Amino acid sequence: MQPSTRTFTANARQALGDRNLQAALAGLPTGLVAQRAAARARLPEFEQLRDIGRDIRNHTLEHLDQYLEIYERNAIAAGAKVHWAKGSADARDVILRICRDANARVVTKGKSMVSEEIGLNKHLEAAGLEVVETDLGEYILQIRDEAPSHIVAPVIHLTQAQVEEDFRRQHKDLAPERRLEEPAELVDEARQILRRKFLTADVGITGANFLISETGSSIIVTNEGNGDLTQSLARVHIVIATIDKVVPTLEDVSVLLRLLARSATGQDLTAYTTFSTGPRRPGDPDGPEAYHVVLLDNGRSELLASEFREVLRCIRCAACMNHCPVYGAVGGHAYGWVYPGPIGAVLTPGLIGIGHAASLPNASTFCGKCQAVCPMHIPLPGLMRKWREAEFDQKLTSWQARAALKVWGIFASRPRLYHFATGLAAKALRVFAGKRGAFRSLPAAGGWTQYRDLPAPQGRTFQEVWNERKEGAS
Amino acid sequence: MSENTQQSARPRVGLFVTCLVDLFRPSVGFAAVRLLEAAGCDVVVPRGQTCCGQPAYNSGDRETARALALQTIAAFEDCDYVVAPSGSCAGMLKTHYPELLADDAAAAERAREFAARVHELVSFLVRVRGLEQVPGAYEGAVTYHDSCSGLRELGIKDEPRRLLSSVAGLEVVEMAECETCCGFGGTFSVKFPDISNAMVERKAGNIEAAGAPLMLAGDLGCLMNIAGKLSRQGSPVQCRHIAEVLAGELTDPPIAAPSRR
Repeated sequence: MQPSTRTFTANARQALGDRNLQAALAGLPTGLVAQRAAARARLPEFEQLRDIGRDIRNHTLEHLDQYLEIYERNAIAAGAKVHWAKGSADARDVILRICRDANARVVTKGKSMVSEEIGLNKHLEAAGLEVVETDLGEYILQIRDEAPSHIVAPVIHLTQAQVEEDFRRQHKDLAPERRLEEPAELVDEARQILRRKFLTADVGITGANFLISETGSSIIVTNEGNGDLTQSLARVHIVIATIDKVVPTLEDVSVLLRLLARSATGQDLTAYTTFSTGPRRPGDPDGPEAYHVVLLDNGRSELLASEFREVLRCIRCAACMNHCPVYGAVGGHAYGWVYPGPIGAVLTPGLIGIGHAASLPNASTFCGKCQAVCPMHIPLPGLMRKWREAEFDQKLTSWQARAALKVWGIFASRPRLYHFATGLAAKALRVFAGKRGAFRSLPAAGGWTQYRDLPAPQGRTFQEVWNERKEGAS
Repeated sequence: MSENTQQSARPRVGLFVTCLVDLFRPSVGFAAVRLLEAAGCDVVVPRGQTCCGQPAYNSGDRETARALALQTIAAFEDCDYVVAPSGSCAGMLKTHYPELLADDAAAAERAREFAARVHELVSFLVRVRGLEQVPGAYEGAVTYHDSCSGLRELGIKDEPRRLLSSVAGLEVVEMAECETCCGFGGTFSVKFPDISNAMVERKAGNIEAAGAPLMLAGDLGCLMNIAGKLSRQGSPVQCRHIAEVLAGELTDPPIAAPSRR
């Protein structure tokens, strides 16, 4: 996927003026946010679970090499074929080769952000394969030729009316009187198409929410059941997952699943939690003939070795973006790449380079809400600040910002000079304000006064008045 | 600092004025002094202080931030407590200085010792000084915005409400989404004016809907942002720092309101 992270500010401006987007985003506080709050309230040990979950992830990352090897061994023992891929191109090539070896024509897909990251669909389509997204949201996006704007609810940027319009345009045999107002009605309509695809698919590709070392299994969680059909009806099942998805044991994963569903959608568990261990065995009623796992690095090893390691604890619940006031204002597409919101602001610079994504970690007020709701206690604002430090150290910060900081620093680190200068500034601004209490515009404060007044100083600094009173008293 | 001074009847409290209060609204500083004195403290205002360093720290300029941290710590060496009328600046002093100075063992130790003495004003009055009655008086309804750093870094939630409810005649009316960021974020408000505006517009809407004629908060940054927006919209809702109401320092016009003279 080609990033448009560099134009974040322009993307955001456009998003703020998009009435459909704003109408769609307005549902977040009463939707996913309220649902999580209710789920958390129903589970008294939620905070304890968070601590346990964080510890599980930290322990796993500490010994990631070992757990990956154990996972690989057990997956192979269960009949899986395991492929290691360093970058996006490697993963795409492996997957295409598996499809070709299987003489595949139709490929169904479950929802997978990693497949977005490596640009899988376009690659397979260019090679002549028909790729069908089977998650309702992803299916809608495929019709629209759009990227997801959210990692759990990919079409959260769309209104029902927009989706209805897309379906009526795309599904030629759809009767005009057919109702498409409720989500369930949209699902039914999508199923008419998707059922046929499931039955003709040669290869089914899914992501993995987790990989379990002790059993060599992969797990997906869904609410539509599309993932199950994708992976069990096709002859070949390919799992694409990054190396940070591994978890030591079934018990560990049960903790993470409890946190994931509650944090993501406010459910105790998702409707479907599917464990896949190898291909169909003799006597199994169903399942694929072949089961492949593509383990992708794509920058994770570097993150693991860096000061950003904690971001790899992420279990992709999206609570950070659901609760982020910046995401709530501009939506996911403005962030310009696969992972939006606070997690994207930390992950994206790590995966495509800070030089390409410097706006993202800057577009935060550090309000701390993301960290407060993150089930893995990822210190997202702190990690965003580290990216700002990397940006500053690499001299990627604009020269104007650097100069302003430099001048300000010279004054702020010299208290006498500082108090003298602020005393003058307070007086001058007060005189300039006259009887007004605020400025409607002020030279060099355009970013501020474009949208709001700048309150005028009272006229003298606290230090001046305080010291004058003290001297008068002594 | 010795154990004796800390246990003496009147602790020596260094007021960290904050750069915004110092420059824009000294009346908040005087309100803070009045409250601290009402809580039995001797207040000093070290001249060696300027800004907590957040603009540098949050812009990735660790070196400048570190210099300001050391300067601030030195300025308050002889104080039993360091109190700031801002959750954001107090959070910087208390939670971020130790992190900022972590790679120098001696400086880190000083930062930790310093951090233990740092408090945000309202939480200090309630938690440390056990203040229950404030000098202020106010007739009418107010609504309160929980500033992000105070709320999520320092856990300040009940303290301001508790002190406000001790003011005779004052009624707190909660606004919707009182814990949601107002969109200030320091340099964020200037770097991303469009997004910041969307956030403060939403905040202003929630404030107006609450129906109280006065909005209070514990941070001048948020207050200047919100008051600036309400002023631009021509809203009749007034804005003040919570310390002004608690201390009864209401002679100066509200934030962004025209001078009465």
